[in-house]
Amino acid sequence: MSSTIVSVNSQANPLPSPKRAAAPAALAYEQERTSSSGIWVGVFAITMSFAAFTSALFVREGTTDWGHLTLPSVLYFNTLVLLVSSITLECARQALEGGKSGTLETAQKGSAWIMITLLLGLGFCAGQFRAWLELRAEGIYLATNPNSSFFYLLTFLHAMHVFVGILVMVYLAGRLIASHTTSSRSLFSNTAIYWHFMTGLWLYLLLLCRMKL
Amino acid sequence: MGESSVQQVHVHAPPGGFIRKHIFSLDHKVIGKQYYALALVAVFTGMILSWLMRIHMVWPTAKIPLLEHISSAGAPGGVITPEYYLSLLTMHGTLMVFFVLTNAPFAAFGNYFLPIQIGAEDMAFPRFNMMSFWTTFVAWFVLMLAFFIPDGPPIAGWTSYAPLSAVGKDAGPGMQFGMSLWGLSIALFCIGSLLGSLNFIATTLDLRAKGMTLMRMPLCTWAWFITACISLLAFAVLLPACILLILDRHAGTSFYVPGGLVISDRLQPHSGGSPLLWQHLFWFFGHPEVYIAILPSMGIVSHILINSMRKPLLSGKVVIYSMMSIGFLSYMVWGHHMFLSGMNPMSALAFSFPTLTITIPATVLTLIWLGSLYGSRLQINSASLFALGFISMFVSGGVSGFFLAQPSIDIYLHATYFVVGHFHMVMGVASLFGVFAGTYFWFPKMSGRMMNETLGKLHFWITFVGTYCIFMPFHYLGLIGNVRRYQSFVDDYMQPFLGWHKFMTIAALITGAAQFIFLFNLIYSRFKGKVAPENPWSGTSLEWSIPSPPPWNNFGRKHLVVYHDPFQYGVKGSKGDFVMQDSPEQVVPASGD
Repeated sequence: MSSTIVSVNSQANPLPSPKRAAAPAALAYEQERTSSSGIWVGVFAITMSFAAFTSALFVREGTTDWGHLTLPSVLYFNTLVLLVSSITLECARQALEGGKSGTLETAQKGSAWIMITLLLGLGFCAGQFRAWLELRAEGIYLATNPNSSFFYLLTFLHAMHVFVGILVMVYLAGRLIASHTTSSRSLFSNTAIYWHFMTGLWLYLLLLCRMKL
Repeated sequence: MGESSVQQVHVHAPPGGFIRKHIFSLDHKVIGKQYYALALVAVFTGMILSWLMRIHMVWPTAKIPLLEHISSAGAPGGVITPEYYLSLLTMHGTLMVFFVLTNAPFAAFGNYFLPIQIGAEDMAFPRFNMMSFWTTFVAWFVLMLAFFIPDGPPIAGWTSYAPLSAVGKDAGPGMQFGMSLWGLSIALFCIGSLLGSLNFIATTLDLRAKGMTLMRMPLCTWAWFITACISLLAFAVLLPACILLILDRHAGTSFYVPGGLVISDRLQPHSGGSPLLWQHLFWFFGHPEVYIAILPSMGIVSHILINSMRKPLLSGKVVIYSMMSIGFLSYMVWGHHMFLSGMNPMSALAFSFPTLTITIPATVLTLIWLGSLYGSRLQINSASLFALGFISMFVSGGVSGFFLAQPSIDIYLHATYFVVGHFHMVMGVASLFGVFAGTYFWFPKMSGRMMNETLGKLHFWITFVGTYCIFMPFHYLGLIGNVRRYQSFVDDYMQPFLGWHKFMTIAALITGAAQFIFLFNLIYSRFKGKVAPENPWSGTSLEWSIPSPPPWNNFGRKHLVVYHDPFQYGVKGSKGDFVMQDSPEQVVPASGD
């Protein structure tokens, strides 16, 4: 297709399926969507990394020195704490979306729930630390056997990710208290996606450790 | 929640101050140039390392006085030791694969042009973008530190196969601290690349201007987008691999090191690990990495050819789908690097089949380029010459892939110069030709000045002929049994190859020297080049609709609407022979189209 003909007619130009509305509102909408794809891409990357660790575990499992690790029972309590934190985060969403936006009351309610969530998150991390201490007391260290190596590695990396979520929630709660609004609407929903993903990831890791280690 | 937040728009203020503007900049254009500069430093370092290797190979007693100051142990009296040869080899491979082939075509040009070509003001996450460059910079710095420690750089090669990479100093010089620096550097590089890929994907999905549908994106934007998807998956696996390696080296775990392993007469204090695990994880990253290097160049070359031919490719859509299938297939073929690793021989077939399947989209791409070129009046300039050179390298290097993909032939050719010649041409030089083409094409936009065409053409011809002189003999030497990674010809049967090696070394020295013409052209044109107009190549894509160089906010907050795909060349009745993507002119396809 070499030759085509042109007629200049700026008004009547048909746009195939224009997706967005006009300028300023569209920009805000774009930012909204950006952040939400971003978080899904991030979740995907983290999933991929843990999938790589899982496949490493499966390869390593077949070798002679594979043993058995009795999981510290505090892990089940931690799981409960993390599950509850996901629920309290949803309560925060209810408070923020249900209440009149930008008001002191909504902000206070929302930030209270967020703070409960992040305290539960900290509780989870402390609980994981407790589990490591228990193992250490039994003389099981990182390099004791492949089972313990995987256990420490997976739980540590997960706890690190949870901690990042806690930091973001500290920022969110701070914003709410200071200016009665989160810096952008998407920040809260993205944090929530990340946090629920961390809960889901932990359930998976617990199952994996329980079944394989 | 927060109606007030709906009013917030995604705009950052014009940067003020030198540091914000040029160093810790959030501007995707500055970050793109930073990536380019880092790749430039890395590529010249890597090239000089290859010179040293080639010189040592044919003149083993040659004294290179400067080297003694860098490593007195590795080059006593300036003469390279066999171990130091391996250090140079490792650093050459690592620098080139990670800091050049990943950074230049993808991170550098992608950062600069992807947001502009889709009509965005910046990347989706400018802060992540800045962090991704600076993480990569620190990764480069950590890697280069290995040259300046008494231990010297590691000798494990760029693939750093376990268990030797995981046991420390028993494995040889450079394997203690040098190897640790390597592991840390690559782990950091993974983090930088993950942040960058995340940004590319989110930006492409969400920040396109009004009317910029996915199918209206230029082919290079598509290539960067697909590359970002590959890169996200690949580096998300290499990072865990590096973490396990670091733990094996420093925390006494045994992920990779098997039990009862004796190295340098010492029983290694590990048990039960799997050396193959590293190879699986590494090549699960490593093979897609090849496409991370080549896909952006495919996109850049397509973009430039369309412009130089003044007509669209036979099918833009097929180019996009071919690149997608290459990206998809790249995840199923990693085992073809491991035919001789001791894995189940049956799985060789399973990996060989998808590997051969990749040649289908690759051939489709080549046929589209050649078919479109046939009968076109191609404008010959440095950019289009390098684009043609890319196709030549891609085909010449790709054809040897047919052989290597078959396990029975690979048993013979494994770890010979045939493999080295293959991947240098198809992944290394082809990808770099894309980078050169992109540089000659986009330099006017990036700097506001034209590059010197005479020097550009001189650079092309020396590089093109030189590359064939260097790498074609590699294939021949491989066929007659020259193994790779040997620093000298220890066996008698290899002595007759010396003449070939001398020829290749001289070709490498000349071709390498020609790259300084490019460097000179780059620097000279930046300051003294002819001032570039807004659209020097009469291009249709959005980067040509804004001043050269672009202002900090690209489109100056102009309300941008895209009406066409970027292939509107050879259009009759317009002011030129082309219609820009944001031009409201209505194009009526000719009858019979």
